[in-house]
Amino acid sequence: MTTPTPAAAAPAADAPRLLRDPANRVLGGVAAGLARHLGAPVIALRIAFFALALTDGLGAILYAVFWAVLPTDPNLGRRNTRQLVPFVALALGIGLLYFVVGGPPGPSTLIGWLAALVALGTGVIWHQAGPNRRKRWSEALPEVPWLGAVLDDDRRGAATRFLGGGLLVVLGIIGIIAYFFQPLADQGFKTIISALVFAAVGLAGVGLALAPVLWRMFSQLTAEREARIRETERAELAAMIHDQVLHTLVLIQRSAGDTKQILRLARGQERTLRSWLYKSTASPTERFSAAVEQAAAEVEDTYAITVEVVVVGDRDVDERTGAIVASAREALVNAARHAKVATVSLYAEVEEEQTSVFVRDRGVGFDPDTIDEQRHGVRGSILGRMQRHGGKAEIRSEPGDGTEVRLIMPVADPRRGRVSEWLGGEPARIESSDRGKSDD
Amino acid sequence: MTEAVAVGAEAAAVRRLRVFLVDDHAMFRAGVRAELGAHVDVVGEASTVPEAVSRIASTEPDVVLLDVHMPDGGGRAVLENMRRTHPQVKFLALSVSDAAEDVIGLIRAGARGYVTKTISPDELAAAIRRVAEGDAVFSPRLAGFVLDAFAARPDAPLADPELDQLTNREREVLRLLARGYAYKEIAKELFISIKTVETHVSNVLRKLQMSNRYELSRWAADRRLV
Repeated sequence: MTTPTPAAAAPAADAPRLLRDPANRVLGGVAAGLARHLGAPVIALRIAFFALALTDGLGAILYAVFWAVLPTDPNLGRRNTRQLVPFVALALGIGLLYFVVGGPPGPSTLIGWLAALVALGTGVIWHQAGPNRRKRWSEALPEVPWLGAVLDDDRRGAATRFLGGGLLVVLGIIGIIAYFFQPLADQGFKTIISALVFAAVGLAGVGLALAPVLWRMFSQLTAEREARIRETERAELAAMIHDQVLHTLVLIQRSAGDTKQILRLARGQERTLRSWLYKSTASPTERFSAAVEQAAAEVEDTYAITVEVVVVGDRDVDERTGAIVASAREALVNAARHAKVATVSLYAEVEEEQTSVFVRDRGVGFDPDTIDEQRHGVRGSILGRMQRHGGKAEIRSEPGDGTEVRLIMPVADPRRGRVSEWLGGEPARIESSDRGKSDD
Repeated sequence: MTEAVAVGAEAAAVRRLRVFLVDDHAMFRAGVRAELGAHVDVVGEASTVPEAVSRIASTEPDVVLLDVHMPDGGGRAVLENMRRTHPQVKFLALSVSDAAEDVIGLIRAGARGYVTKTISPDELAAAIRRVAEGDAVFSPRLAGFVLDAFAARPDAPLADPELDQLTNREREVLRLLARGYAYKEIAKELFISIKTVETHVSNVLRKLQMSNRYELSRWAADRRLV
């Protein structure tokens, strides 16, 4: 995470946009983001902020303002929390030392820190109130959107942040007001402190009184959200059943005499339901397993047979995998047309260096030596296609003992693969994380 | 001694297997009963988990055909209740589902095999016989899942190499199973005896039940339907 993502590093000519960098942050990622933007070391910026903070709190104000205004870099992850501890300890230590050596802070320093407090509180609230968040608040409780903001539990601690931010703003403002109403240098500090304490007690009292109401509204909001999710799911299921299952049942009743048609309809519906219930949907133009399943489904639909598809592993579709899928489809069509069986097995396996597909039936079989030259399917569409793309096909069949078509496609041309290896290139491989995804 | 063995084998061949059906769909039970009548004795039926537990305990069948999806915990609950008290009863899971988490979950709970409800009556009878003899039954799809789950992954830590990996021979047998080969055909293809094929499949079943590979635990854990 500490290295910039390729997307961020690519336009190296012009400096990266000024964004906060949450991945490398200690507090808000302002220093890290600025450092990336300016190309300066992070530590220098951190020291600069800290030093400025000691001079009348200017650094703190600057930091808070930057933090409130700059958006986060969405490409980067969240912070490593453990980083924070030593920095906080260090800051506390230096602050304490400063206090001990320099005595209580002077009036201008105090004002600076109070302003920083206000900026910080505003920032907290500002960040909570992103555009889509605000939209959701007003949807959840149309009459009182601000309450939605308080009660939003979408992100852990969102309410706490909102309240905390408000508290910071109020404390800062009270402090500043108290200071200007009581400008006597020696009395000022005490007055501010006692004003703050009073304000805090008052706020706590109000919070205590409001707590039951807030809690009730909070649980109401949660219940409402859950109900909405359930309702959406139910509506989706109902729509699916209505669109497809009922339709299929009607069709089955109308074609009661036609066994083949009934078989086709029932199998098609079963397939749709299964994929709806159990599988994540991958696009047949992108993933090999989805492409194989689609080819099998098409053959099932056209010839009213059952294809038992088993796919192990997965990879992206390219020209070669496309060729093996097309050949497998042709083998399925041949089995459906000539083998005189109701079920055909298809097994496909993706390995690191090759993709293989086996299509097997227990049908009538034939003698491969006597394939009619006119049987274009086997020669052109299977053997020829596989050879053109650098793969191989083998057909095993005996009259009366069924047929098996074996298709093997290496991932890269062996010659080309060796050259690229020799040049130091990475040979193509499958990403292990993608394996088995289709079974999720 | 040899005589006794021969007589015993003959008796086993003559004795019809006692089979118990657990499924919450009465229509399906009736269908299976009719289809299996020629091959085995169906000694009892149950439609709920508690019913199944008490009746299996009293009838002590050889093989229980177990539906995966039932109210109150499904086939898994029955398995977990019966396994310790009646280890001699063999379970064969039967389901319409092809989802990996269903299959793996049942096998890890102790089922000796898994077939889908679309299986033909003859094949079902053969599967029951195989399970009764202590062997395992893998549908092509289950074989595919196992290959997928045990796929060599460079980053996967192996707690127990003996349990967490398949041998090359086991892999070959599973591939042929996934390709729709019968045990006899596998034996012929690999030039080994049917008994050896059965041994390989039983070993794979043991690994499937005992291994702690991440994929297996994950599949077994997130069954979405009960």
